[in-house]
Amino acid sequence: MIQVNNLSKTYGNGVTVLNIVNLEIPKGQSFGLVGNNGAGKTTFFSLLLDLIQPSSGHIINNNVQVNTSEAWKPFTAAFIDESFLIGYLTAEEYFYFIGDLRGQNKADVDALLKKHEEFFNGEILNSRKYLRDLSKGNMKKVGIIATLIGNPEVIILDEPFANLDPTTVNRLKKIIKELADDSNRTVLVSSHDLVHTVEVCNRIVALHLGEVVKDIQTSPETLKELEAFFAV
Amino acid sequence: MFKHFIKLEWKSFLRSASFGSNLALKIIMGLGALYFMACFAILGTAVFFILKDKGMEPLATINKFMIYYVLFDLIIRYFLQKMPVTNIKPLLILPIKRGTIVHYSLGKTIISFFNVLHAFFFIPFTIVLLVQGYGIQAFLWFLGMTALIYTNNFINILVNSKNVVFYSVLTALAALAASQYYGVFDFTIYSKLFFQGMYDTVYLFLIPIILLVTTYYFSFSYFKNRLNLDDGLAKKSDVAKTENFIWLDQFGTLGTFLKNDIRLLKRNKRSRMTLIMSGLFIFYGLLFFTQAIESYDNPWMKVFAGVFVSGGFLFTFGQFVPSWDSAYYQLMMSQNIQYREYISSKWWLMVIGTVISTILASFYLYFGVHTYLIIVVGAIFNIGVNSHLVMLGGAFVKTPIDLTTSKQAFGDKQAFNMKTMLISLPKMLVPMGLYTLGYYLFSPNVGLIFVAAAGVLGFAFRNYVFNQIEKIYKTQKYETIAAYKQKN
Repeated sequence: MIQVNNLSKTYGNGVTVLNIVNLEIPKGQSFGLVGNNGAGKTTFFSLLLDLIQPSSGHIINNNVQVNTSEAWKPFTAAFIDESFLIGYLTAEEYFYFIGDLRGQNKADVDALLKKHEEFFNGEILNSRKYLRDLSKGNMKKVGIIATLIGNPEVIILDEPFANLDPTTVNRLKKIIKELADDSNRTVLVSSHDLVHTVEVCNRIVALHLGEVVKDIQTSPETLKELEAFFAV
Repeated sequence: MFKHFIKLEWKSFLRSASFGSNLALKIIMGLGALYFMACFAILGTAVFFILKDKGMEPLATINKFMIYYVLFDLIIRYFLQKMPVTNIKPLLILPIKRGTIVHYSLGKTIISFFNVLHAFFFIPFTIVLLVQGYGIQAFLWFLGMTALIYTNNFINILVNSKNVVFYSVLTALAALAASQYYGVFDFTIYSKLFFQGMYDTVYLFLIPIILLVTTYYFSFSYFKNRLNLDDGLAKKSDVAKTENFIWLDQFGTLGTFLKNDIRLLKRNKRSRMTLIMSGLFIFYGLLFFTQAIESYDNPWMKVFAGVFVSGGFLFTFGQFVPSWDSAYYQLMMSQNIQYREYISSKWWLMVIGTVISTILASFYLYFGVHTYLIIVVGAIFNIGVNSHLVMLGGAFVKTPIDLTTSKQAFGDKQAFNMKTMLISLPKMLVPMGLYTLGYYLFSPNVGLIFVAAAGVLGFAFRNYVFNQIEKIYKTQKYETIAAYKQKN
């Protein structure tokens, strides 16, 4: 589904923040990206969404080269950070807006929201608050659910577990596992948290200083291996 | 303790995004400040002699109009002066007394440009008074005036973000000015007694000083009691209401964007500011059509006014497309967005704004049908030509807009974007030239037809311009995203 070829990102001061020679993510995989701060996780996702320009190489998403064509947009959804939310909208307005852009009518969106009512924990829908006034955790919940609108084939979530309460983390894991079970959906998740990532992903790639240092299919030993790698 | 504060302040000044951004801007901002200071200083020195030449008693005349000066100062401050509460949060948990923090925050407003500027008027003026033999009393008057200016400073701090107070001051000012102009009631006769009294008596100047102390005291206790994250420093949040604007659904994707743009205008301080300003633009034409100012009383300046009266919204809103969406531009760029629809939504919004302004401006019919027709053809030209130019210019603007604050609405650095400047020139010059041409070659009405025809002709280029704008959005995508990410 996603092929990465000789991808690198170097900034003007000569610092290379990402350098991936080759990476292939097959359709239907749930792909976990782990690494310390500055490892290049967000850079990789930003390149995948064509928000920054690669210094060399390219990414192909479902036969579409992302930095030359925009045809990947209809089947790709992402939540990177709060800048993906529109602060002056209520949660409902935001969901309908995204729905409109993805060709979903109000009823489709409502059905999806109904399904994930529990995830919102009663604090988001009809809360009489604009998104800018929600807590960080609640913003994240809105952003994550918005990526599900319109059944996109590729879902990209940057640090989805951060800022969430334990109950919501468990609910989120359930949601991601469900997505992962669907053989048409490719899910990309980045995280600092090894336990959560190992639990929801069937493949883990560890980045360190912009390079792929581990690439493993998840097995009972995976967590130990990763913990040993990141041990101090 | 204050030493640390001052160090912090100095760093925040040097490292602020707007200061560090580019040298040209620094220079232009500096020149702007110098310009105002020079104006005030020259005025302060010269006004005495000007008034004397016209046979008026200088100080008495100044005192007569001082009430307007003071009220107007309050309004300007309301719009432009920043509140001192920023950067307090990190100090709260450090071992510093709350009183010290508040004294410091209030104290630092004393050297604000909005206060210092007045010194450039009052000091020279007072010196002239002293030299001209007005005696030491002039100094008391100066003390009183300075105290009044600072009282304004603290009143502004106290009432900031209380719109009710602001609009009552604005209404009072308008009412006073109108009733004086039409000779109904001249308030300045009474206010003059007070201002003149500060010179005539040895004790009246104490009143502003008492006012100053009182307002300082109230500001101090107001802030000190509210120096909590959930109170004075709390982010104000509005009660949100979901609005679906279902009637816009019939316009498809265009409707989707229009819905958001309407919400954008309604729900953010910054964009509401734009609406207020466009309202003010409607009255701008009064300067031109009332023959109040001689140099404005000619055909081309009237067209200039006509374009502005109907185009206030178009200019103030349009110049920041797509910066209005800067806060969530990454989202927009990763969604399946039809640029065309996105652009036309903004365009329609500007058209609607222009039409509404033109209808509101119908009171200009009072000055004759031809005057109103100037505004109408101005509107046609705005819709047909300027709307495209404004958006073309906006496409080069890469200043992120903070929707939640109204303070940066003026003097934005984008004004110095060279490309935008070049694109703005024809907005005014073309209709002015066309009208003048028709006016002198044939007749005023032919002038009108020329301008309107140019506007209609502009429609023909709509698709072409939209394509160009789309291209700019696409080629500059990465730069724009990077620029919008930089918060101040």
